[in-house]
Amino acid sequence: MQVYLPIAEMTVNALLILGMGGIVGFLSGLFGVGGGFLMTPLLIFIGVPPAVAVGTQANQLVAASVSGVLAHWRRGNVDVKLGLLMLCGSTIGTVVGVWLFGVFQRLGQIDLVIGLSYVLFLGVISILMLSESINAMLKRRRKGASRGKLHKHNILHGLPLKTRFQKSRLYISALLPFGLGIIGGLLVAIMGIGGGFFLVPAMIYVLGMPASTVAGTSLFQIIFTTAIATFLQAYQNQTVDVMLALLLLAGGVIGAQFGGRASGRLRGEQARALLALLVLVVCMKLAMDLVVEPVARYSITVGAG
Amino acid sequence: MLAALLLAHIPARDARTQPLVADLSDHLIAISTAFTGTEVVLFGALDGPGDVAVVVMGPEHDMVVRRKDRTLGIWVNAASMAFERVPTYYKVATTSPLEEIGDSTVLARHGIGLDHLRLQPADPTDADSPVYDEFRAALIGRMQSEQLYSIGTGTSDTNPIARLGERLFRTNIYFPANVPTGQYTVSVYLFRDGQLASAQTTPLFVNKIGVGARVFAFAQTQAAAYGGIAILIAVAAGWLAGVFFRRT
Repeated sequence: MQVYLPIAEMTVNALLILGMGGIVGFLSGLFGVGGGFLMTPLLIFIGVPPAVAVGTQANQLVAASVSGVLAHWRRGNVDVKLGLLMLCGSTIGTVVGVWLFGVFQRLGQIDLVIGLSYVLFLGVISILMLSESINAMLKRRRKGASRGKLHKHNILHGLPLKTRFQKSRLYISALLPFGLGIIGGLLVAIMGIGGGFFLVPAMIYVLGMPASTVAGTSLFQIIFTTAIATFLQAYQNQTVDVMLALLLLAGGVIGAQFGGRASGRLRGEQARALLALLVLVVCMKLAMDLVVEPVARYSITVGAG
Repeated sequence: MLAALLLAHIPARDARTQPLVADLSDHLIAISTAFTGTEVVLFGALDGPGDVAVVVMGPEHDMVVRRKDRTLGIWVNAASMAFERVPTYYKVATTSPLEEIGDSTVLARHGIGLDHLRLQPADPTDADSPVYDEFRAALIGRMQSEQLYSIGTGTSDTNPIARLGERLFRTNIYFPANVPTGQYTVSVYLFRDGQLASAQTTPLFVNKIGVGARVFAFAQTQAAAYGGIAILIAVAAGWLAGVFFRRT
């Protein structure tokens, strides 16, 4: 079934897009991440212009995070105060990111910037997650191993503007969630991802948030970040394809339900190790694309001067 | 427009003895949501022997060609050259190989054949640059691989002009799924003894129609409203999905 995408200006097989949405949705349900880091490279791979892939992915993530946050909201797992603070940071990050996106687009280097940011972020995150989850698995084997301190004190805890976040039982500097928000916003704008795979570990390890409120709060915040990114990409760059977003969404929502059910059969550290391996594979594929001589050394940009 | 000016050079003839008549099976290509490329048939008649060349040109846009070079182990867009008013679509079909049809100066004057396609650098000094030919060839090569440029001769290539007897001819012009929208010109040239004997130009429109066209136009002209609606649709879809799957 062929469908013409009005903004991407290309014809795609609707079943292919639905299938891609379904598989990525399954993985995101399984691991509890948005899956943007998989979907954007996949879209680029099937020929969607990178700029449209990033802009559309932001739109799709709005829907994905709305449906995801509902379950957490009902269980009261959303720290609104901390989420709003992150949102302030991510709004700034998104605005700067969309502007940077346009600058690099005009310089003809946006594909390189997207590629490099993916390799860098995916590489670092996957290696951190992999080592952490392997450690956790080893610890489980050595039963009775001594528990460390509940959380370590480091330089981040010396920052000013200390604020109490009751829901997360935290007393930390307001600058920390604000700063994380800025990075998250930049990721949404430049890489077309929700940033969950970065924010979730950062909120656990940097902020020391309890796991119960992390997923709901990051999703809550991602709704607004991706909505702002969608608006700015549509307004400034005209790169949001609603048709493509709806197809991805339909597949993604169904896939996420099956993924969510399957996740009950995996232990936390096993799921994290698998996710880390998956991220690492995507990272290596993207790194190869940068290093291996391209099939087409020349490219054409229409319109830009 | 350009073709119309060129035609002014051709001596006027008696209308009753038109040496060349040609038309298209369709003057409008409608890109709907199910568009996967299409073919338009060009057919015509001559008043005697002669060779025919058909040139189809798409709307002109400025283009930048970039070359990737290896820097610190990774491939980065390095050198680039900007071209002005490049046709986004350019196809030539002929009854015989181009070089047998007409004099190279005549072909060059009318821009018939990829070798004679005028590609003007945005920076005039680039025309004398040692890499001009490289970037020109790269642009044509990329457009060929996108199926937007091609040349077909009577003997070899995929898109020749078929003769039906002495007087009649026809050819299929292929428009791929990624065909740019806008006004096209289809120019038909009749050559006799290497010289241009007659020419005719027909416009052809490639337009988006239906829902896709309205969505595209809306996204361009009402970008802020489009962005807002895109968000609302996503929120509604996400909400529905969340509520629906809660029940099941």
